[in-house]
Parts: sequence; C-alpha cells; structure tokens
Amino acid sequence: MSTYYASLLAESGILLLGALSVYIILATGQLSLGNGAFMGIGAYLSSYLTVALNVPLTLALLISAIAAGIIGAIVAFPALRLKGIYLAMATVGFGEMVRSFFLNFDAMGGSGGYRGMQHISVGYVWLWAGGILIAVMLLERSRVWLEMQAVHDDETAAGLIGLNTTVTKIGAFGVGAAVAAISGGLFAHHNVYIEPANFGFDRSIEFVLAVILGGSTVGPGSLVGSLLLVFLPEFLRPIADWRLAAFGTLLIVVLLVRRQGILDRSLIRTLTFRRAAA
Amino acid sequence: MSNALLQLTGVTKTFGGIHALSGMVCEVPEGKIVGVIGPNGAGKTTLFNTITGAYRADAGEVKLKGVDVTQWPSYRIVREGIARTFQNIRLFGSMTVWEHLLVAQPHSESAWRRLLPISWANPAAQARAEEVMAFFGLTELRDRPAKSLPYGIQRKVEMARAVTAKPKLLLLDEPVAGMNHDEAEEIRALMIRLRDTGLTILLIEHDMNFVMRLCDYLYVLDFGVLIAEGKPEEVRANPVVLDAYLGKDN
Repeated sequence: MSTYYASLLAESGILLLGALSVYIILATGQLSLGNGAFMGIGAYLSSYLTVALNVPLTLALLISAIAAGIIGAIVAFPALRLKGIYLAMATVGFGEMVRSFFLNFDAMGGSGGYRGMQHISVGYVWLWAGGILIAVMLLERSRVWLEMQAVHDDETAAGLIGLNTTVTKIGAFGVGAAVAAISGGLFAHHNVYIEPANFGFDRSIEFVLAVILGGSTVGPGSLVGSLLLVFLPEFLRPIADWRLAAFGTLLIVVLLVRRQGILDRSLIRTLTFRRAAA
Repeated sequence: MSNALLQLTGVTKTFGGIHALSGMVCEVPEGKIVGVIGPNGAGKTTLFNTITGAYRADAGEVKLKGVDVTQWPSYRIVREGIARTFQNIRLFGSMTVWEHLLVAQPHSESAWRRLLPISWANPAAQARAEEVMAFFGLTELRDRPAKSLPYGIQRKVEMARAVTAKPKLLLLDEPVAGMNHDEAEEIRALMIRLRDTGLTILLIEHDMNFVMRLCDYLYVLDFGVLIAEGKPEEVRANPVVLDAYLGKDN
C-alpha cells in the first residue's frame, strides 16, 4: 500500500469517528453542528499530554475523551431547552467559541498551531475506528439504544413510559463528544501538526455529511459515508476541476432518492441475506 | 379508604384564567375498573396529564398507595407504578412491535445489562415481552413496524407497551375511540382480563354504553368540576349527569 492510500485510509478512519460522534447524538433526535469543536478539544488536549507531559498516547486519548465527554454533557444542559434548528444554531455557536479560544490560546501556539506529536500508523487509527464502530453496533442492539430511539421518535411519550429523557439526551451528547475527541487525538497524532482552522465549522459539517450520505439510521452508514467522502473525490480526479461539482451532484441525488442515506436497515438485511444464501 | 390505590385530593389545574380542573377529589380502589366521563372539554385528559406528571398540579395532592407523587417528573411516576395510553395514539415511528415492548420494560436493571445487546444480556426482558405479546395476541406481528399496523391494533400495541412495565395502575385515554363495535368488544374483554390479573384501571371514555357495562365505579366531570359519582346505574339515573350531557330541559 502506497503512503498516499495509507494516508487516505487514516483520514477516513478519523472521519468515521467524527461521523459516529454525530450519529450517536442524532440517534436521540439532536443535531449537533459543533462536533468539530469536541474534536479540537481532543486534539489539543491529547497533544499537550503526549508532547508536554510524556503521557503514553492511548492513555492520553482516553483522558481527552473523558474530558471532552464532561464538556459535552455540560454543553448539553442548556441545549436541552432547544430543539431542531435552534439547537443546531447553538452548537454552531459553541463550535466557533472553541475555535476562537484555540486561536487565542498562545500557550499552545495560537493561530500558529502546535507540533511535536509522534506520528501514528494507519493501523492504530483503524484499531480505534473499528473498535468504536463495533461498540456502536453492539450498543445499537441494546436497551439503551431503544431508549434513545424512543426519545428521538416522541420525547413526551418516552417520558410517559418511564424513560428519563434528560439523562438520555445528556448522555448521548457526552458520549458523542468523547468519540469526537478520540477522532481529534488521532488526527493530531497522524498529521503531527494541528491548528485551530482544522476544527472549524466545515469540519463539523463534514461529519454530518458523512452520516447523512452513508445512512443516518444505522451505525455502519457512517462507515460507508466516511469512505465515500474521502475516496470518491480522489477517484474522480480524472475529471479534474469538475470533481467537486460531480461530488455535490451525487450528494443531492442521494438525498432526493434516499433520504435515510445509502445504508439502512432493510438494505443491510438484503445484503446479509444474500451472503447467507450464497 | 384504606384500599384506595390512587387518591386525589383537591387537585386543581388552571391555564391562564381557565379552570381545567378545580378541586378534583377521587379514589381508585385496587383491582377495579373506574371510569371518568364527561362532555368534551370537561377536563378528563387534563386529569390524566396531571396524574402522570405531564402537567404540574397548581394545588392538591396525587397519592399512589399513600406516596405523594404530585410534583414528581413523569418518568418517576411511571416507575412508581402508573402507566398510560394516549387519546391520539403515540407509538414510536421507528420501532417494531417487539421493540416497543422491550423499551417499556420495568426499569430495575443494572446499567451494564442495559448497555449490552438485549439478545445476550437480558433474557428476563425478552421473556416479559413474549408474555405480554401473547396476552395481547400480537405475537404474529412481532417484527412489523408498529405504525404500519391498522388503527385498532395500534391501540393494542400501545396498551401492551403500558402494561409491560408491570404498573399497579393503568390509565387509558379513550381506548375505544374510533373503533367499531367488534373491536371495542375485544378491547373490553382485554380490560376485564387485565383486571383479573390484578391490574387496576382508570379510563376516560365517551361511549356511555361501553362505560356502563365495563366500569365498577364512575366519576362525572363537567367544566373541570366533579358533578357526580357512583355505580354506573346510579350515575345513569342522576339528573345532573343528564343535564351535563344533553343540556338543561326547561
């Protein structure tokens, strides 16, 4: 495998984690357009831990995930009162807040960025990405996931069958933020250089895009979306300047034809049935 | 009364200047089917919403087995033992019948059990869901998306979801609204079977015939005020009730 493809693969693993972080929050009916910020928190915190304090990377990632998870849960509290587009706007605001914080955070380079991290392999990235994807797929078959779906479908009815909807929504935000932070930590140690612009609004949108394109109702949808989002523009390189336009067209077509994204429950059933029959 | 499962004293709920409920007093004895009737806008659904914590009562007390649950959030009231259905069916759009029954299980499991796949970690929940499914005759429809089912069956799924949590008291908001005679009879038979398992039922219903033949005791509301109560035959003969339903005859 050439280094070129290895780096694309690592990029898609990092994007997969970002997409999953949005997917987990979306499963409770909340749209976050600020997950790039949680990614940034993970990137900066884990880099500081490994570079300045010599903490082993895996431990640094775990610490960053917990820290970002706590911040995510705190952010979720005021967000509980907001729904739909208003919640989305609030998360955009949070994202900008965090980005401008790092921009002015001179202790870690400010707008000049931060460096000195040790490079990690694509294998290490996918160990995390694959592991968390499997964990999410297991979670999807659990009672907790059904509770999240209930909150997504009808919050009032969920409360009136005995579910604590506040805990469900805050928990989803916290876990989503933790996953985004791991994505950020891996990004920082794969690119070995980070700057505030890496974690802005377009990063948050990229996560959401991967989920919507790949399939927003099933975990593996995020995998499909991240691979497509990273590799398709590369495969479209022969059409040069038109490749981003072609990519945009594809996105619109998918949204028109399959609102739930490429992968959904029934497609997975069809695919696994065929494999079993063959 | 010592055997009252649910006890309301002076429950009042106002919206702006409107008294949706004023000084509501009632008791639901254990193991009985009790009905709340009254014309449209009498405050019946408000009563249910106040009991289940969807609304906060402005005054008065709601007690379940002597425990004051008045200001509790709704999920805690459900866990204490009051489950309900809705006048406009509220099923979860993305779930099958089976998933509806799993998600509404009693809430006593450990966090780990709830985080692991149900099929490995939770045989008790599956057994309970199977049991309820069989009781309501839904086994055949297990993997169907609940919202794609006919109206009458959706009502049954909603009742089954409420019963799965093993409540002490079941509140049914117009359980046979929009149903034909046969469907309504089926629901009536179900309710009697449920009562025979020891469940107490409080229901709102418009259909007087249905209520008269089913309930052990009735409360009649009009403009948020309790205007009559008693056994069905007493209520039927009460001139105040006839006035409320048919208007005063001068």
